Amino acid sequence: MSDATSALSDALETDSGATEPETPAVPHPTDEAAVSAAVEAALAAFEAAGDLAALKAARLAHTSDKSPLALANRQIGQLDKTDKATAGKLVGSARGRVNKALAARTAVLEEEEAARILVEETVDVTAAPRRRRAGARHPLSILQDRVSDIFVGMGWEIAEGPEVESEWFNFDALNFAPDHPAREMQDTFFVEPSEAHLVLRTHTSPVQVRSLLERDLPVYVLCPGRTFRTDELDATHTPVFHQFEGLAVDKGLTMADLRGTLEHFARQMFGAEARIRLRPAYFPFTEPSAELDIWHPGAKGGPRWIEWGGCGMVNPNVLRAAGIDPEQYSGFAFGMGVERTLMFRNDVDDMHDMIEGDVRFSQHFGMEI
Amino acid sequence: MRIPLSWLREFAQVPADATAEDIMADLVKVGLEEEDVHRPADELTGPIVVGQVLSLEKEPQKNGKTINWCQVRVVPEGAEQTLTGDGIDPSGVQGIVCGAHNFGVGDKVVVTLPGAVLPGDFRISPRKTYGHVSAGMIASVRELGLGEDHEGIMVLSDFGLDAELGADVFELFALNDEAAEINVTPDRGYCFSIRGVAREYALSTGTAFVDPVSRVSVAEPTGEGYPVRLEDQAPIYGTDGCDRFVARTVRGVDPTRPTPPWMASRLRLAGMRSISLVVDISNYVMLELGQPLHFYDADKLRGPIVVRRANPGEKLTTLDEKTRELSAEDLLITDDRGPIGLAGVMGGAETEVDDATADVLIESAHFDAISMGRTRRRHRLPSEASKRNERGVDFALADVAAQRAIDLLLELAGGTAETTVTDVRKDPDAVVIDLPAGFASRLIGVDYTREQELAALDGVGASVEEYDGGLRVTAPTWRPDLAIKEDLVEEIARLVGYDRIPATLPVAPPGRGLTRAQQQRRRVLQGLADAGLTEVLNYPFVSTAQNNRFGTAVEGEEVAAVKLANPISSEFGFLRRSLLPGLLDAARRNHGRGFRDLALFEAGLVFEPGEQTGSAVLPPLGAKPADEVLDELDAGIPGQPWHIGGVLLGHEAAPAAGYAPRAWEWSDALDAARTVADLLGVDLAVAQGAHQAFHPGRTAQLSLRSGEVVGYAGELHPKLLSEQDLPERTAAFELNLEEIMAAAADVIVSKPISTFPVSTQDVALVVDGTTVAAAVLETLREGAGELLEEVALFDVYSGPGIEDGKKSLAFGLRFRAADRTLTADEASESRAAAVALAAERHGAVQR
Repeated sequence: MSDATSALSDALETDSGATEPETPAVPHPTDEAAVSAAVEAALAAFEAAGDLAALKAARLAHTSDKSPLALANRQIGQLDKTDKATAGKLVGSARGRVNKALAARTAVLEEEEAARILVEETVDVTAAPRRRRAGARHPLSILQDRVSDIFVGMGWEIAEGPEVESEWFNFDALNFAPDHPAREMQDTFFVEPSEAHLVLRTHTSPVQVRSLLERDLPVYVLCPGRTFRTDELDATHTPVFHQFEGLAVDKGLTMADLRGTLEHFARQMFGAEARIRLRPAYFPFTEPSAELDIWHPGAKGGPRWIEWGGCGMVNPNVLRAAGIDPEQYSGFAFGMGVERTLMFRNDVDDMHDMIEGDVRFSQHFGMEI
Repeated sequence: MRIPLSWLREFAQVPADATAEDIMADLVKVGLEEEDVHRPADELTGPIVVGQVLSLEKEPQKNGKTINWCQVRVVPEGAEQTLTGDGIDPSGVQGIVCGAHNFGVGDKVVVTLPGAVLPGDFRISPRKTYGHVSAGMIASVRELGLGEDHEGIMVLSDFGLDAELGADVFELFALNDEAAEINVTPDRGYCFSIRGVAREYALSTGTAFVDPVSRVSVAEPTGEGYPVRLEDQAPIYGTDGCDRFVARTVRGVDPTRPTPPWMASRLRLAGMRSISLVVDISNYVMLELGQPLHFYDADKLRGPIVVRRANPGEKLTTLDEKTRELSAEDLLITDDRGPIGLAGVMGGAETEVDDATADVLIESAHFDAISMGRTRRRHRLPSEASKRNERGVDFALADVAAQRAIDLLLELAGGTAETTVTDVRKDPDAVVIDLPAGFASRLIGVDYTREQELAALDGVGASVEEYDGGLRVTAPTWRPDLAIKEDLVEEIARLVGYDRIPATLPVAPPGRGLTRAQQQRRRVLQGLADAGLTEVLNYPFVSTAQNNRFGTAVEGEEVAAVKLANPISSEFGFLRRSLLPGLLDAARRNHGRGFRDLALFEAGLVFEPGEQTGSAVLPPLGAKPADEVLDELDAGIPGQPWHIGGVLLGHEAAPAAGYAPRAWEWSDALDAARTVADLLGVDLAVAQGAHQAFHPGRTAQLSLRSGEVVGYAGELHPKLLSEQDLPERTAAFELNLEEIMAAAADVIVSKPISTFPVSTQDVALVVDGTTVAAAVLETLREGAGELLEEVALFDVYSGPGIEDGKKSLAFGLRFRAADRTLTADEASESRAAAVALAAERHGAVQR
């Protein structure tokens, strides 16, 4: 811009040390034809100026103190009274036309000059560097937030609990009898010594009981978090994974309420076309129990039913473990795997991608899921 | 559980054209999840027919082998070959080269004709071999995919079979049968039987069910059979290990007779190997009815059978020929010599039935599920019998199953059954459950009619009577899982159909949104990601060495850590005290994959054992423990604070045209740590720190204003980096996020904003090279007094003009008053006071 500004100021200088062009004949101030010719000469010179520098020369030639019209103007004082008026009008009007033409031409040339500079300043925007690398949240972490937000929007609260958990909270309080095969099927990590009765929680369900013990009824909570089972890492298994678990305990809750809640949730996650299906199943902490399938309209390879999680009506023994009278209150619970949800919702084929911390995986998702 | 369709058809009305997939679709509706389909015919294509060896010429070969050049008739004598195709001889006699020798002229064998396809996509076609054109194959069990046991070719008479030449082998060996495999939930032991699954299938499809039990007529005993005593000296939870033992004897069986192909086929489809006729019969009855049986060679028994717990030091060699040390909790079958079987789990080798057995004693008993499960776990002995016994077997089945086995033995193995029967039993009380009127409808949200409820309960085999408008339900003996009224509701709901349950959305009471801690954590995670770091989630499993290096600042100190009893890898058998081991692993992995510029972070729990590790207390099911007990449980749970950490290596970005990115360094890790604090509105004090994992001169210790140390940031120790194969100058930080979150103000009190003009003054102070800037800055802040609005370090200089070992720190001070325009003198006075204090405290000299 600075070049343009200096060109402009040069052009507007009323006088300068620039070499003056050869002085043309000075018209007599009352000689209308001569004055007019001087005007025409000026106008022609302006029009001929192709840039601001040329215009400056033309300006000096035609508007400076030594220009024909300026000199003619100077002569007016020496005229007699009648001629003075005529000449004043004639020369004044002529100088007015010249100045107007100069301004107009200046504006045009300035515009052209500015446009030229902009063109000259063009850069290759595709060669621009990224000065700061973009960070990213882990998709499993964003997905848990997203699920939490859906339930918070429904008035639920988010509950949390410890990852190293007492065996009682992880199993017994959830109606897993000490010798029941279901307890063994959980592939539990035990903490030493075994008499300490500590485990790495095998599901987020212990938070159910903690929530019921800590909160006033009714309770509507979602518990997202990390869980552990002694599976070796492969494409579909990992010893450390995440679940989210929902629990509602209130007066008069029914399995229809469970279905309604799951349907609403499924639509938030998978779109208005999503549907759910319940199949009879068994979990110690719910009775009746169901497996939850989701009709995933956007599934890779076409819409289909996908096994999503488990759910059911809270077993009265779980309510009793929290000191709640099952004749007064009923409840429902459901749980899903976060990894599994991410796998089929976002087409992640291999569990390793979620575990290994490869920056490409998180950065691909960025901050959104 | 795998269900051969032909077997299911015996007891349920399965449409003739139904496939295993159809069966599974019906079963899944009532809660038996589909697993797989087993269809041998998928791997086997005909023509495979019965043939008879007309002639056999032994031809020794140069390679030492002798082959048989056989002429095999594959159509009945005098009949014409109706099959056509390349290699099919119109005469009905095929020339076949065969390498096996367990057959002879006249034997009827299985012939795979040209055009047949065997498992493994093995296509049969005429081929030149050993100087002949061999047009077909005389097949072995293995080649047909019927088993791995027998190398030799299949001679029909070995299977107790005779058939017309040319007969379809698929028919003869039931190879067109298929099995549906379903997943049985642990509460439904009875579905580990054809009986149970057939009932469920009938319930799902609304068709008739024939209980296999009804087809067995149990013989009236003429007296007491083999002596049996139940003497459990240590019942678990007060439940006798064995409460029913039926013993019956069959004499004069021929155990060498072949297992009929239909039985072998069903066993195979059900996933069991055919072993010998007698063993196969016991397995067959178990699969059909769900009652595990054990057969003893009656001649090998010595004295009465006693069922009891093991005595100290007792041992038993089980059928798998392993000698096992017995636990006092193991329930045993014993005779005069001592243990002869692990009751309900596996029999002993000494009394096993073998080819010489003539008299068989059948054990059909009912065992305590918990005792079975414990013995199986203790001896790591999962068996088909233990699987059923530990899920609970129908108490009423013992005599029926014994009779069914006898019927099959007499039919297939010959012999005669003794008419005396031993049936020692201690009948349990019937399980009676009251289902109040309307309860099912209230719990499910569907208005079930009385008819629907009755149909469902009747369907599962319960007997029902009405009381006060409700239903009094006696659970069937085969459903030990039915114990409370909610169990009955599930039966009603699933049999009427879960798809009939409507969707209603309950309204939760007004919620409080995310807790403050949850919001804080989110803000920090998002904030670090915004600052250019990438979140990773690492396993919390570490080694002792890692915990001792990263979990404490002091080298040589041993930190307490949570130890796993059964880690995935014994090297990483502890839970982390620090996030850094996982972060460094992740960094190394990325670096190894070619990502040289990295900024990673993780937020997660670390595990800090307290004084008490766990608790010996394990309160019972279904009751709220007393508050003291709950406190005791919680007291034993290790501390699990949230930490946040990060690691930075390489450069902040990739180099680009006209842009040379800055390398990450110690100060970036410190900056990230301070970003965490800023995101939470917490002011962290920075001091020179020392931590064994960090560079001794480039470590910042971060603390709260209260003085509590909450973490470290800086360059990692060069020695550590070289050991870890990470680049030099890699920087890291780790903070106790929980402490910082807790230090955040609940409410930030606003300060009035003065609009009076600012007066700024700079000062350069020369101090000793070891004096830290933060300390001088704090001194200036203190010395300048209340007119000081802000002070910041803007330059550090050492070099020409500054004495060796000294450095110049340049600070900008901004003064402003709340109520007036400051004069230059006022600002200068404040500055002078600040400089004076710095001179006093740090020996600072103004430049």
